[in-house]
Amino acid sequence: MFARDAALAVAIATLATIDGTAAQTANQPPDTMAARVEACTPCHGNKGEGTSDVYFPRLAGKPAGYLYNQLLAFRSGRRKYPPMNYLLEFLPDPYLEAMAEYFASEHPPLPQPAPSEVSKEVLAQGELLATSGDAGRNIPACVSCHGPGLTGMQPGIPGLLGLRAAYVSAQLGAWRYGTRTAKSPDCMQLVAGHLTEADVTAVAAWLATRAAPTNPAPVPKGTYALPFGCGSQPN
Amino acid sequence: MGSRLSITLLSIKLLALAAALTTAAQAQDKTGDVIARGEYLARAGDCTACHTAAEGRLFAGGRPMPTPFGTIYTSNITPDPETGIGKWSADDFYRTMHNGRFPDGGLIYPAMPFASYTKVTRADSDAIFAYLRSIQPVNQKNKPHELRFPYDNRQLILGWRTLFFREGEFKPDPTKSAEWNRGAYLVEGLGHCGMCHSPINALGGTSQSDAFKGGLIPMQNWYAPSLTSNREAGLGDWSIKDITDLLQTGVSARGVVYGPMAEVVHNSLQYLSDEDTKAMAVYLKGISEPSPPPPASSALPTTESSLLISLGKTVYDKNCASCHGTQGEGKPPHWPPLANNQSIEMQSAVNPIRMVLNGGYPPGTKGNPMPYGMPPFAGLLSDNEIAAVVSYIRTAWGNRGTPVSAREANELRSAPLN
Ligand code: HEC
Ligand code: HEC
Ligand code: HEC
Ligand code: HEC
Ligand code: HEC
Repeated sequence: MFARDAALAVAIATLATIDGTAAQTANQPPDTMAARVEACTPCHGNKGEGTSDVYFPRLAGKPAGYLYNQLLAFRSGRRKYPPMNYLLEFLPDPYLEAMAEYFASEHPPLPQPAPSEVSKEVLAQGELLATSGDAGRNIPACVSCHGPGLTGMQPGIPGLLGLRAAYVSAQLGAWRYGTRTAKSPDCMQLVAGHLTEADVTAVAAWLATRAAPTNPAPVPKGTYALPFGCGSQPN
Repeated sequence: MGSRLSITLLSIKLLALAAALTTAAQAQDKTGDVIARGEYLARAGDCTACHTAAEGRLFAGGRPMPTPFGTIYTSNITPDPETGIGKWSADDFYRTMHNGRFPDGGLIYPAMPFASYTKVTRADSDAIFAYLRSIQPVNQKNKPHELRFPYDNRQLILGWRTLFFREGEFKPDPTKSAEWNRGAYLVEGLGHCGMCHSPINALGGTSQSDAFKGGLIPMQNWYAPSLTSNREAGLGDWSIKDITDLLQTGVSARGVVYGPMAEVVHNSLQYLSDEDTKAMAVYLKGISEPSPPPPASSALPTTESSLLISLGKTVYDKNCASCHGTQGEGKPPHWPPLANNQSIEMQSAVNPIRMVLNGGYPPGTKGNPMPYGMPPFAGLLSDNEIAAVVSYIRTAWGNRGTPVSAREANELRSAPLN
């Protein structure tokens, strides 16, 4: 198993270096990652920018380690979305890593924030949770992990910008009901477990109103300390 | 005289064949070699596909197998003495493989493919056992099966056995080459190809005379085509290279594997040696029968089908031609050709409809570590458009399939994806 993955890793590393300069032979598909992920782009957009479907997330620019963890979780069925579970079932680790790298390195502009459908009070509650948390209810501020600019941190913490409210609510709901889990200790499950329905609506709505920062790239590993440990973000 | 000579020749040939099957066994009897050979054979038997659960420990079992009668859970076959097979002897193990019985004589459900494994030689069974004894023991209790009355009664297996089970090790055919026989041994025995590639009757059995005739896999809604008919997956007019490419890498100039067959290539066939793969190819090419006459024409009224097909061309040119080519020529092996591709022309249209609904990637293999993929169209096309495009690819460019209806497309939207 390890020997096989190592051999694949070499093959893939070799490909990654020629990728882009696409040695295209007649009658063969382009030898690029872009052509290899055409199965993904009707749902995630050509550069991973997302599509009009509010439940289909943007992938572009998220930390590669985070994207890779998600692909592993979809392949094993730990994170459930049958069409993706099916596509990934028989793809080896190094290839999933290459897909993650590919979408992490794409930088299409973030979408314009959509006008919000919730009241000012609800938005204010969302902002409070995201930026200060609620110590009385054991809810840490989202920014304490997702970063002051909400752009995430390499390698395992995703930014929370450019995601639509419906998607964020669905993910927080999935953690609360246990249908989405991350590597243990699953810190997001602890956080989501303390949120009420109303909290989820508020924070998801507020996040979706944020405009793109000048530099949306995730900050380097170790830029700030997390309030508690996360399995997806090794120290 | 002539007949005596041929009998002698025949027995020499038989001996040679028997030897070919066991030389490997005798030549290397050192423990390490036996274990390595056992690991290879366990790959050929694809034990891991069933006995390792998603994110579970190797061979610790617990993988659910949905059947029409309820859910069966696979067993822990690690050498743990309490919950695995740590207390078993090589005789016990051979009895399970060969005869489908537990050490105490109890009957094993045929979801464990002992009806194929019965063909495995004693030496090979012992090697697999030696390998299984060498792996990490895992203490994990077997999950009880969830079978509905009356199927929870193991005595019912007796009836199935009477109808469908023929105990017996593989007998080489002296009129065929050693290579052919090696291929037959692998395909009929460890490969348990017949478990899917046979019509499955209501009892979940495979009758001998229908072996390799193709069938719909219950609960999964995939059609495993006939391996003997050239109108399905019979490989009579394939080159040996195309067959070995398909089995080893999952893609070939003639077509690709997908669905349950992708799993077989991923977990098992990609690990087989070049010689064994070629032997299987020779055997598979050898068993294909002359094609029967084309099936009766479509049940759809002709005006309806011609409308469908013209809509189908529009859908195809817009959504499919960029990969599969305007003439269905594809860019093989990665973007498979659809013209003259048996797997879409078959009487059963289940596979091409599901392919369009679900898309897919061929398995990542040593020979093809970064396969190209096809997007799922379930969310992009209506039932009518799916039916139209499938009707089009089944009938365009000289393909001899029949049109399909929107109802068939709709029914397969709910087919399970795992
Ligand atoms: C049919 C549409 C569809 C296709 C095709 C598809 N995805 Fe997805 N993808 C989704 C949806 C919907 C989700 C969110 C699922 C959920 O609710 O958890 C998702 C989630 C993801 C995530 C996690 C994103 C995050 O921020 O957590 C990654 C990574 C991903 N997809 C990558 C891929 C790749 C790579 C492919 C191609 C091999 C692919 N997807 C194909 C619809 C699709
Ligand atoms: C203790 C650190 C921590 C805190 C606090 C935290 N998160 Fe997270 N969050 C993570 C990690 C780590 C992940 C990635 C989990 C994984 O690998 O699947 C994540 C993932 C997410 C995702 C999934 C993103 C996607 O693209 O699918 C959402 C949504 C999210 N967090 C929202 C929040 C919100 C809202 C808050 C505040 C209420 C919050 N998080 C607080 C660590 C944290
Ligand atoms: C198609 C799925 C499948 C495959 C492939 C398969 N098995 Fe099994 N096996 C099962 C199921 C299901 C059971 C449980 C049957 C029962 O309870 O009657 C089982 C039971 C067993 C048992 C009995 C263990 C016990 O204590 O109950 C052994 C030993 C075994 N398998 C070995 C193997 C070996 C070795 C291979 C590969 C050569 C293999 N199996 C391949 C499905 C499979
Ligand atoms: C991005 C390229 C791409 C597009 C677009 C595409 N396909 Fe495919 N197609 C593939 C690949 C790659 C495979 C192999 C998938 C597998 O093995 O799981 C495939 C496999 C197939 C197969 C099975 C072929 C075989 O050998 O059995 C059929 C049928 C098919 N496609 C039909 C279609 C139809 C109809 C459309 C349009 C609605 C379409 N495809 C669009 C790339 C594509
Ligand atoms: C788990 C069920 C299953 C098992 C076991 C299985 N197959 Fe298949 N096979 C399928 C299905 C379903 C298809 C149709 C999908 C496809 O064409 O890939 C198929 C297709 C094929 C094809 C046709 C591929 C094409 O492009 O036309 C060949 C050849 C084949 N199988 C050979 C084998 C051999 C040899 C074995 C034993 C080593 C085997 N199969 C074991 C389910 C199975």
